[in-house]
Amino acid sequence: MSKILVGISNVPDTTTKITFTDNNTQFNTNGVQFILNPYDEIALARAIELTDGGKGSVTVINVGEANTEATIRKALAIGATDAVRINAKAHDAWYVAYQIAEYAKANPFDLILTGRESIDYNGSKVAGMLGELLDIPSVSIIKKLDATETEATVEREIEGGKEVLTVPFPFVAGCAEGVAEPKIPNMRGIMGARTKPLNVVEPVEVETLSEIISYETPAPRGQVNLISADDTAKLVNLLHTEAKVI
Amino acid sequence: MSVLIYAENADGKFKKSTFEAVSYAKAIAAQNNTSLIAISIGDVAKDDLAALGKYGAEKVLNVSNDKLKNFLNQAYASVIAEAAKANGADVVVLSNSFSGRGLAPRLGVKLQAGVADGAVALPVQDGGKFTVKKTAFSGKAFAVVELTSVNKVIALTPNSYKVVESGAEAPVEDFTTEAKASDFKEMIKDILRSTDKVSLPDAEIVVSAGRGLKGPENWGMVEELADLLGAATACSKPVSDAGWRPHSEHVGQTGIAVSPNLYIAIGISGAIQHLAGISSSKVIVVINKDAEAPFFKVADYGIVGDAFEVLPKLIAAVKEYKASA
Repeated sequence: MSKILVGISNVPDTTTKITFTDNNTQFNTNGVQFILNPYDEIALARAIELTDGGKGSVTVINVGEANTEATIRKALAIGATDAVRINAKAHDAWYVAYQIAEYAKANPFDLILTGRESIDYNGSKVAGMLGELLDIPSVSIIKKLDATETEATVEREIEGGKEVLTVPFPFVAGCAEGVAEPKIPNMRGIMGARTKPLNVVEPVEVETLSEIISYETPAPRGQVNLISADDTAKLVNLLHTEAKVI
Repeated sequence: MSVLIYAENADGKFKKSTFEAVSYAKAIAAQNNTSLIAISIGDVAKDDLAALGKYGAEKVLNVSNDKLKNFLNQAYASVIAEAAKANGADVVVLSNSFSGRGLAPRLGVKLQAGVADGAVALPVQDGGKFTVKKTAFSGKAFAVVELTSVNKVIALTPNSYKVVESGAEAPVEDFTTEAKASDFKEMIKDILRSTDKVSLPDAEIVVSAGRGLKGPENWGMVEELADLLGAATACSKPVSDAGWRPHSEHVGQTGIAVSPNLYIAIGISGAIQHLAGISSSKVIVVINKDAEAPFFKVADYGIVGDAFEVLPKLIAAVKEYKASA
């Protein structure tokens, strides 16, 4: 395997308390720390392992405006060879997938990895859309990926179990926990990241198919009903008669 | 115009999440005054196919083909898209299951459709706008998404729409298809499904435990409680990170998001990342020895106490309840 492309997103840190502004139409980014999407870190780590020892290169690609560059540099510090930023706001999954597909058509890759989903909009759509746009297989959600020269063996999550598949290159996969352990950049990586190529590419024009109109936060729950540790029978009774869940 | 529902099966059987999706799709068809067509791919008994009519399908397309017996993302997406086109379906509904999440984006591209995955409520159609509420920020919020395309693909979150029985048996028709060879690049080597366990994303009751359990050797009581309640077992991130439980049980922002009727959290403090994955649970019970644990703030019922003392008592109480019920 020589060339791997890893799609990455810039998302709010997992500890972020999510709030909205402008009558619940905008995500409030005030004071929010943005990070490399945790699942994308897993995809990136596996890509680096697969190309370790000069066996190939890892390009990270992000659709985003200039403010995502800190996250892109982090991916370079972790070990990506080079990076591409498509200079546009990530409008929706279709828009992002279309931009990456256009890039990948002009610059073919043997394997394209993404995280299973982004932790902001929880779309798990980019991998599948890329597969369709490039007319190659897409597998998600994978928990394991081993490669030979021509094909990979992957483990895919299914309800109540797992499935083992072989897939010939090129293909797209959405990665989850188990595929690799995220890598922490070392000082050499961080220094080196500054001089690695980060190419900014202008987007191609494409119609969008969806639009976020507004946001809602989950309804607050009432006060907790505390029950004595010695009265578990009361809890069971309440779950049956009041909550009606057992 | 019509609505097409992909009726997913596991090992040849439809699950509750499929009936939910059929009921949901039926309600969308009713909104639009149009018909609901179901498509099933694989080996499902004729009676089970016809029974989809009970949930609102007016016709069931059956794709029974040796090559399509097991789920293949690319080929299944081609077949469903073909059926949508052949039946003039402008809305395609699926379950937001692991396979549904693989199919929805490919269908979106094939049908030039906006995709709402993780839908939690019926679409609102108002003044030519078609909006769907879906989970966002890993359960910390919801986003209302407008699908601006003519065709639409919606993947419904399990346990977020009630099964509605509205009709009688539906006629079953064979739908034959010549999926193209390039759709068959994936090869299934092995399917390992534990049939005796409740699958976590579909579970109506989830019993989840955290570091408070002190070690993997103490999970016996968690499993016992889950078995008694017909529940799936789950865990917090530190537990799966430590290898006490498999990653597939990790519930939270970077794990699986669940929306059961009942979520029982034992020895989990309730970090914001964990709460994200469980916030759409209908009823939450928290058992923790620390009365200040943040989890109590989002709980409906709580017991302040040590898991090792409370759990055996709770198991006994559930046994007693089961015996009397």
